[in-house]
Amino acid sequence: MSIETNWKPKIVAFCCNWCSYAGADLAGSSRLDYPAEVKIIRVPCSCRVNPMFILRAFEKGADGVILCGCHPGDCHYSTGNYYARRRMTLLWSLLDFIGVEKGRTRVEWVSAAEGVKFSTTMNEFVEKIYSLGENVRLGDLRCKN
Amino acid sequence: MQELVARLKELLSAGTVDRVLGWKRGDSDWNPEPAFFTSVESLADFVYDGFCGANLSKYMIEATAQEGRTAVLLKPCDTYSFNRLLAEHRVVREKAYVIGVGCRGKLDMGKLRKLGMKGIQHIEGADAFAGDTLTVDTAYGKKTCAYQDALLDRCHVCKGKTHVVYDEVIGASADTTDMDRFAEVERLAAMSPEERFAFFQGELSRCIRCNACRNVCPACSCRKCVFDGDSFDSAQKANVDSFEEKMFHIIRAFHVAGRCTDCGECSRVCPQGIPLHLFNRKLIGDINAFYGEYTAGETAENKNPLVSFTTEDREPGEGRNA
Repeated sequence: MSIETNWKPKIVAFCCNWCSYAGADLAGSSRLDYPAEVKIIRVPCSCRVNPMFILRAFEKGADGVILCGCHPGDCHYSTGNYYARRRMTLLWSLLDFIGVEKGRTRVEWVSAAEGVKFSTTMNEFVEKIYSLGENVRLGDLRCKN
Repeated sequence: MQELVARLKELLSAGTVDRVLGWKRGDSDWNPEPAFFTSVESLADFVYDGFCGANLSKYMIEATAQEGRTAVLLKPCDTYSFNRLLAEHRVVREKAYVIGVGCRGKLDMGKLRKLGMKGIQHIEGADAFAGDTLTVDTAYGKKTCAYQDALLDRCHVCKGKTHVVYDEVIGASADTTDMDRFAEVERLAAMSPEERFAFFQGELSRCIRCNACRNVCPACSCRKCVFDGDSFDSAQKANVDSFEEKMFHIIRAFHVAGRCTDCGECSRVCPQGIPLHLFNRKLIGDINAFYGEYTAGETAENKNPLVSFTTEDREPGEGRNA
């Protein structure tokens, strides 16, 4: 499958309700732009993200998946993001092991006050996915149009 | 084996246990099957030899849910799985009588076939405790090979010959470790992502979704499995694409992360010979490197690193996000 010239990546961002989603909101109200390729899914906590969500996102055509949560120590539920951190560390490592490009997965801690960080992170991540190109390794080819 | 049978008879007739979980003779010399023995007479079929590779600890979930006490025969590596099940409150310790049986490595029919043996009819010398040579009667004459050469891959990277939980131990064990457990994982890790992807794509595309790996796995003992259900495409092989195979194996490895004792049953039972243990070993290696040395099931109390944390844990994908 070749990369078409008008190819645009699809990026799924799982954002925790209490910090990162509010961070995205702040980015918006501060008129900071982030790319339209990023589709945000709001989750109650970064810990809510099941590894299967991430694989499913890739299957359904995502080219990159980023998980955003409260900074460690600031979790609304006290400890959720600590568990998420361990899980994602292992999942990223396993995905890397089976040959999925490293840059396609990312975790970033974004607080509700960090609209700027949200915006720069998303811009950076989209740029990275543009350089990696289309995700063909984990996708279900039937979902491509 | 005589000593073992004598002891089992004693336990059954004295009423110490109500049933024994062990192996009974299968159709051939090389496929003993797990079985419950409830009477002294039924022990006539009992067998414990080099082909008794099956890990019986998972059957104890069912067995200890029944009334009465069950004696179970566990090899040193199986006791780790038993400990994990204890930690997860899936087996009842009081209803189990754990007999640690000695092990000098278990045999793999695949290895014999690889050595060029075809039409195998009988195998002698597969005794659990003694003898260095296997004598194999094949349709093309008698052949021999060293016991050592027919060991399961997992026995070359044995965790150790100490039973970590038992009520009594019968029979001596011999150390069979002669390879590095993580060598294969490291070999793969040194490859380029493209090569690794091609390797796993090749291996996993052979998966027929028979679920043998899941059903045999002592860590895969959830009452309700995420892979059971009509909504999951991989319930049927016919509907799946290459993604679902990867999905199944990645998620399965992930779900047993921190609970997998590396007993190697998944790879042993895979009818397609997929090296499934590689995923588990990769995660075990990572857990050791990131969160400190941890052996699942070493004790029934040690804490699974995935259900605990420290505030100083490393960041996901550390060192690669510029």
